[in-house]
Amino acid sequence: MLALYVPRASLLHRTPAGVKLLVLVVLGAVVFTVPTLPVAAGALAGVVLLGLLAGRLPAAVLVRQARAVAVWVVAIVAFHAVATDVLTGVTTGVRLLALVLAAAVVTATTRVTALVAVVEKVCAPLRLVGVRPARIGLAVAMALRFIPLVAERADRIREAQAARGGRVRGPRALVLLVVPLLVSVLQLAHTVGEALDARGADTA
Amino acid sequence: MKTRDLAYVALFAALTAVLGLLPAIPVSALPVPITAQTLGVMLAGAVLGAKRGFLALLLFLVLVAVGLPVLAGGRGGLSVFVGPSAGFLYSWPLGALVTGLLVELLWRRLNLVTALVATVVGGIGVVYAVGIPFISLYSDAPLSAAATGSLVFVPGDLVKAVIAAVLAVAVRRAYPVIERPRQEATRP
Amino acid sequence: MRRRRASAPAPEPDPTQGIELRGVGHVYGERTVLRDVDLQLTEHRVGVVGANGSGKSTFARLLNGLVVPTSGRVLVDGLDTATHAREVRRRVGFVFQDPDAQIVHPTVAEDVGYGLENQGVPADERAERVAEVLARYGLAEHADHPAHLLSGGQKQLLAVAGVLVMRPARIVLDEPTTLLDLVNTRRIAELVAGLDQSVVVVTHHLDLLAGFDRVLVVDGGRVVADDRPAPAVAAYRALMADR
Repeated sequence: MLALYVPRASLLHRTPAGVKLLVLVVLGAVVFTVPTLPVAAGALAGVVLLGLLAGRLPAAVLVRQARAVAVWVVAIVAFHAVATDVLTGVTTGVRLLALVLAAAVVTATTRVTALVAVVEKVCAPLRLVGVRPARIGLAVAMALRFIPLVAERADRIREAQAARGGRVRGPRALVLLVVPLLVSVLQLAHTVGEALDARGADTA
Repeated sequence: MKTRDLAYVALFAALTAVLGLLPAIPVSALPVPITAQTLGVMLAGAVLGAKRGFLALLLFLVLVAVGLPVLAGGRGGLSVFVGPSAGFLYSWPLGALVTGLLVELLWRRLNLVTALVATVVGGIGVVYAVGIPFISLYSDAPLSAAATGSLVFVPGDLVKAVIAAVLAVAVRRAYPVIERPRQEATRP
Repeated sequence: MRRRRASAPAPEPDPTQGIELRGVGHVYGERTVLRDVDLQLTEHRVGVVGANGSGKSTFARLLNGLVVPTSGRVLVDGLDTATHAREVRRRVGFVFQDPDAQIVHPTVAEDVGYGLENQGVPADERAERVAEVLARYGLAEHADHPAHLLSGGQKQLLAVAGVLVMRPARIVLDEPTTLLDLVNTRRIAELVAGLDQSVVVVTHHLDLLAGFDRVLVVDGGRVVADDRPAPAVAAYRALMADR
């Protein structure tokens, strides 16, 4: 399925996923512990430059992410302009943008598989409480495999209902879709469970 | 955890993703269209129970975090975890957990009303209880302001809670996935 | 359904014993799906036919321990499926009707390698065996493709490849061609005919059974005919004509 990864040959793309995630965490900690405009604005400028130059990302990627949170930025600035002062509003808004864009840059420059590997590594200590890390990888792989399948089944159900003149508006449309979809998913889960056992999942 | 539980967890994570891909459904009486994604939170808890429901939504968040556009509106990636509405995301596994716990506790007396209690408390109560304070902390705004903005979503969430409750009761009768409700937990 | 835990160490499997069902019955809740089945299957190719709901799917699942009978015993090469489910499942590969439920990894090669991972086969040997099987079934060029984008026929080939790569001693196929078109049905039929392993095929496609050694007709949870393919299929047709 389509990921939010943007394939490019760049320094940021080559940087290990773990390093990028660590930088993201540090950045988050800094902008929240030092809530001043220069820090927030500096972070935002740094993130944008890093994404465009070191990551060779198209500006559109960053613009799209900025637009997704634009409503929040406007609401926060407006709220503080009325309730506290404009400076606090702008600082909070810029801080938000910096963080969201930094996270977007990491996502756009890191392959899904690399991030899944980090998840597995981070979860490795869970072995101590009886969680098998390989199972986490399998669960992610299975979810990736079944999203398009479940989506296809949802489409078929909608088609079948449209062919019989089904409604497309209102809560009833949602019920008519979700009921057969849930049945389909439950049956699928049952057989998938059997199939996993048949291929030795419980002997691993 | 048995292999079959793994299949349930993976498939309900996938189901939650697909519910988010569905176009939002406009309802004439409501101010904002209904997106079906949080229905996945309630269904995972109500159908799979607390543990598997929690894990299904946790897995779903992993899918979001590794960069799949599986949130309603095709959003995803790490940026949604650092935005002001991230609290709602973080609340989802908890919401499924609480919904599942209540359904397991009420298992013997599960009907439309008790199931609705579970989906409303877990799927709406918990989600708002985490999501709204998060907005408030994040944007240095008081709770009341953050809560007011979230009110428009309540009617849609109530519709979903009713749907999830109806389905939870139907699944319990026809295809019970929760094998060992809380009262019987002592059985070997 | 709760599996009984293995207690005794696994005895050495004896392939000459084949699959043996002794007084086997199976009940789901109130519904009896199989009763009084006594059989010994030692033939290379065994077919199973029966109407929808006749109990043949449960029959197939009994043969590799996916379902443990509620009464009687199933022995595979001398191993009891109730006490040695894991060993039995290692010996008996299972192909499901719907390949979509059987494919659990996003890409073709990853999925074929899944069973080998469970067997603890080292990565380099795994890659080798996966490549070999993919080449044999014409899937090599799709190795890194999303499994979701394969055609129905290719998906079933992938499902079969995912089982064969584990080198089971026996293979059970549960309606492997029900969802396929004529061309792909023929491909699967040819593939089954070419297998060295002994196979049990549950099917509605009576043509598939032509070269088989033995065909069972299941009806109402019982084996009502057990013969060479031609007479067994004739008995099945006569049975269905009376409905």
